[in-house]
Amino acid sequence: MFTWDKQWEVVIGLEVHTQLKTQSKIFSGSSIAYGAEPNTQASAVDIALPGVLPVMNLEAARLAVKFGLAIGANINKRNVFARKNYFYPDLPKGYQISQMELPIVGFGELEIDTENGVKTIGITRAHLEEDAGKSLHEDFQGQTGIDLNRAGTPLLEIVSEPDMRSPTEAVAYLRKLHSLVRYIEICDGNMQEGSFRCDANVSIRPRGQAEYGTRTELKNINSFRFVERAIEYEIERQIDILEDGGEIVQETRLYDADKHETRSMRSKEEAHDYRYFPDPDLPPMVLEDSFISEIKATLPELPSEKRARFEQKLGLSPADATVLTADRAVAEFFENTANTTKAENKVVANWMTGELFANLNKSELDITESPISSAQLATLLDRVCDKTLSGNTAKKVFSALWEQEGDVDDIIAAKGLKQITDTGEIESIVDEVISNCPDQVAQFKEGNEKVIGFLVGQVMQRSKGKANPQMANQMLQEKLK
Amino acid sequence: MALDNDTVRNIARLARLDVPDNQLEKYSGELSSILDLVAQMEAVDTEGVEPMTHPFDATLRMRADEVSEQNNRENFQAVAPNTENGLYLVPKVID
Amino acid sequence: MTITTLAELSANLRNGKVSSVELTKEYLDRIESSEHNAFISVTSDQALKSALAADKQRSSEDNSSALLGVPIAQKDIFCIEGTRTTCGSKILENFVAPYTATVVQNMHNSGIVTLGKTNMDEFAMGSSNETSYFGDVKNPWSSRQAGGSKGNLVPGGSSGGSAAAVSAGLTPAATGTDTGGSIRQPAAFCNLTGVKPSYGRCSRYGMIAFASSLDQAGPMTHTAEDAALLLNTMAGFDIKDSTSLDVPSEDFTRDLGASINDLTIGLPSEFFGDGLDNDVAVLIENAIKEYEKLGAKIKEISLPNSHLALPSYYVIAPAEASSNLSRFDGVRYGLRAEQYTDLVDMYTQTRTQGFGDEVKRRIMIGAYALSSGYYDAYYAQAQKLRRLISNDFTNAFKECDVIMGPTTPSPAFASGSRSDDPVSMYLNDIYTIPVNLAGLPAASIPAGFTQNGLPAGLHLITPYLSESKLLNIAHQYQLVTDWHRQSPLTTRGNA
Repeated sequence: MFTWDKQWEVVIGLEVHTQLKTQSKIFSGSSIAYGAEPNTQASAVDIALPGVLPVMNLEAARLAVKFGLAIGANINKRNVFARKNYFYPDLPKGYQISQMELPIVGFGELEIDTENGVKTIGITRAHLEEDAGKSLHEDFQGQTGIDLNRAGTPLLEIVSEPDMRSPTEAVAYLRKLHSLVRYIEICDGNMQEGSFRCDANVSIRPRGQAEYGTRTELKNINSFRFVERAIEYEIERQIDILEDGGEIVQETRLYDADKHETRSMRSKEEAHDYRYFPDPDLPPMVLEDSFISEIKATLPELPSEKRARFEQKLGLSPADATVLTADRAVAEFFENTANTTKAENKVVANWMTGELFANLNKSELDITESPISSAQLATLLDRVCDKTLSGNTAKKVFSALWEQEGDVDDIIAAKGLKQITDTGEIESIVDEVISNCPDQVAQFKEGNEKVIGFLVGQVMQRSKGKANPQMANQMLQEKLK
Repeated sequence: MALDNDTVRNIARLARLDVPDNQLEKYSGELSSILDLVAQMEAVDTEGVEPMTHPFDATLRMRADEVSEQNNRENFQAVAPNTENGLYLVPKVID
Repeated sequence: MTITTLAELSANLRNGKVSSVELTKEYLDRIESSEHNAFISVTSDQALKSALAADKQRSSEDNSSALLGVPIAQKDIFCIEGTRTTCGSKILENFVAPYTATVVQNMHNSGIVTLGKTNMDEFAMGSSNETSYFGDVKNPWSSRQAGGSKGNLVPGGSSGGSAAAVSAGLTPAATGTDTGGSIRQPAAFCNLTGVKPSYGRCSRYGMIAFASSLDQAGPMTHTAEDAALLLNTMAGFDIKDSTSLDVPSEDFTRDLGASINDLTIGLPSEFFGDGLDNDVAVLIENAIKEYEKLGAKIKEISLPNSHLALPSYYVIAPAEASSNLSRFDGVRYGLRAEQYTDLVDMYTQTRTQGFGDEVKRRIMIGAYALSSGYYDAYYAQAQKLRRLISNDFTNAFKECDVIMGPTTPSPAFASGSRSDDPVSMYLNDIYTIPVNLAGLPAASIPAGFTQNGLPAGLHLITPYLSESKLLNIAHQYQLVTDWHRQSPLTTRGNA
């Protein structure tokens, strides 16, 4: 526990830039595919040739509305694009087309889980804007290289209220948001490629004080781990300053993950005056009710709804329900399996959170890349239900499935893993064991009932694990009575 | 309304223009005379008037989400002051 | 006959009296030997190639478009692929556009031949063509001044090169753009018909932006009929311009011949007040009388907020311009200063060297009007006044079909006479600016000559999207007058 919990209250608000999952840019017909050769996806509009004009991508508006509906927000049926004016080499027009006074998405909410239960985080707004290009700082004769492929990629900037009170809450919010945007398929959530980026506004104040302290804005915190660490570092830094009698300077700070520190961004120090005004090239966007209701109809079951259903209707534990609904593909895998197999939901959940996740983690694979399909897992669990497999042999089959050695029944046949349930066959092995282990048989008859475990083990060993252990146990008990 | 030299310097900086000290007076005089012309606006009561951002009250037309642009880098960079490996080069950007 | 119209050239081409190549060569020769500095670039090779193609097309097609093979000039504000496009600025001195503006493409698709790019005020900011980096343009009427003055007159601006070129017979017609009067004012100064269409009629794609919510391209011709013919090829919906109007295309010549005997002309008292030159006032009164003879009725009307147009415009236009011109930063195209210390200095040196004084002034006024703490007082207030000005027109058109007045308060003035006083220069556009704020169609047509022998323009304003009516009203006047047929070349006898 950090000391700040006692004297200081932490106030955190997050600004998240999500790249919308469109084919083309927000105001031009260029592709937004990641990783192309520099400036090969930069059209006349993207490089801001004289005379070019922006034309809005309908899909970007659709995805923004989808997000708004998912957080129960007010959709501004009349929203306006504005120009944010500043000079920067990765900003070809010298202004960014964004939204200022009338964003497409108004106030909404997101619930997060904390140690003290569910907490509601306010989302002030979400607005559409275009991404900037990239500055590459490798040495080009001491100069910076500019790649404008990313310029014009559609972004939804999601601005939270300053409602979070710890780095843990900030991360919980971020994870929740990350899960949501992927769930409703508006963003691929790829943080390495910058599809989901986070800036944090951090301030502290003495506990009990009503006014907010001076905040700093942390940039470049693009993984969940960095968010937590950067905010932790920044809180400690602010506490040190205030406890030394200093003052916090309102500024933008860059998080350096290698050095684990934040530092002031010199280039942003100069006071900005963005001179926002409505973009005269783009009349106000007016959304019809029918447009919004059509989007509403396409909205999938939201994570919170799904989690409640998994708990209440499918009888899963809160922990399993949380894990299995955090990702839409995981939830789909679970439901596909559970709907196909005779096994209980709880059993499916155990296999997924246990065996499957362990293997996925080890191989650094996503559920969508799993070598075992939901249908295969369902068949595997069916074979446990019909007693073809024991728990142990089922794990063997799982490993073989993982190595893609074939389908469940083929593997069982090939490896001869079919459980022996034939009474006669088991009886002959049991008889063998009784005659080969006179000492243990004697101990059992003297009243040492624990020794039955050893005898069952012997039966299993001789049957190469295929005997049904319950049947073996029962038969031994009867014969030694 | 008269603009002082500091204000002129500040707007020039915002607009990435250089106004040398010996031209400050000239610029502040000219800009002030334009602002005097504009000052007539102040007296007008516009309470309740909806600002008109477009000459007709049009609404935004949107296009289908299709990739319609091909790589045209060579053509575009033919007119660029300085490029290398397909990148536009600028003096070092310091974050 | 002292002028040559598009309609006549179209007929001559159609009946084989002349070929497009012959015509094009003729005009290229005239441009070559002219001393008006009306062109920034002459695109002879491309023009002859297009003319040849047009002649071939004519021989193989029966129903070719009306202006197939007709040469015209383009204001150097329109990007044309492979052609230097400067916008009158040093910052684009060597900019060869990698794409073509929609209006130019439309014209080329109709078989029009582009002779070259005409001179203009830098980034269309000016009313005299004196802010051009490529030098002043001489008004061809300079030589016609009475009283012995031999000094050069300005052609008006910002489409001054286009006006001078048409007036001097260097091209039968030209394109212009009009943000606050930049087609109509030079048309008035050079005795031409200039039409600013409704905002949204002509695509702005590829037209270098000055003030996006005001800019509109239009034709500059000798006659209203020519203007209709040229506008037919320029106008049309363009998906690439979000402010382009998605309305069915129309033939703007269709109503030219209609009678105007039931026309009601509104005369706003505000357009005939202080500051209007007496000679010009008399010429406008005479023109109105001519309309009365044609059966039109006169109605006194009022545009009570029109005095607020100039202040509103000089906030809105510079504000939009300050942002539009930010892209000229020396990174991707255009001038880059040769020496600089760092990135910010590169921007600053490039822009300081690349832009002229008037452009700098407007960028700075615009930046100021949008800056923190001033937005409401300037930009927001200007946009509210714009609404009031627009409402004035809406109300006026309940009482009349067309509003008339002088295009400019005075005829062409002497070069250098106003360039030191920006505000006196701005007053030139006092009658034209309200129209841009409201987005209406309007025209300036020749209305006679002052005692000094200089042309004056009659300003016609009609309701939104009523260009056909506007051209009809202009054409009917031109059927009974011959002011538009006067040429400054008459005395030299070399029409």
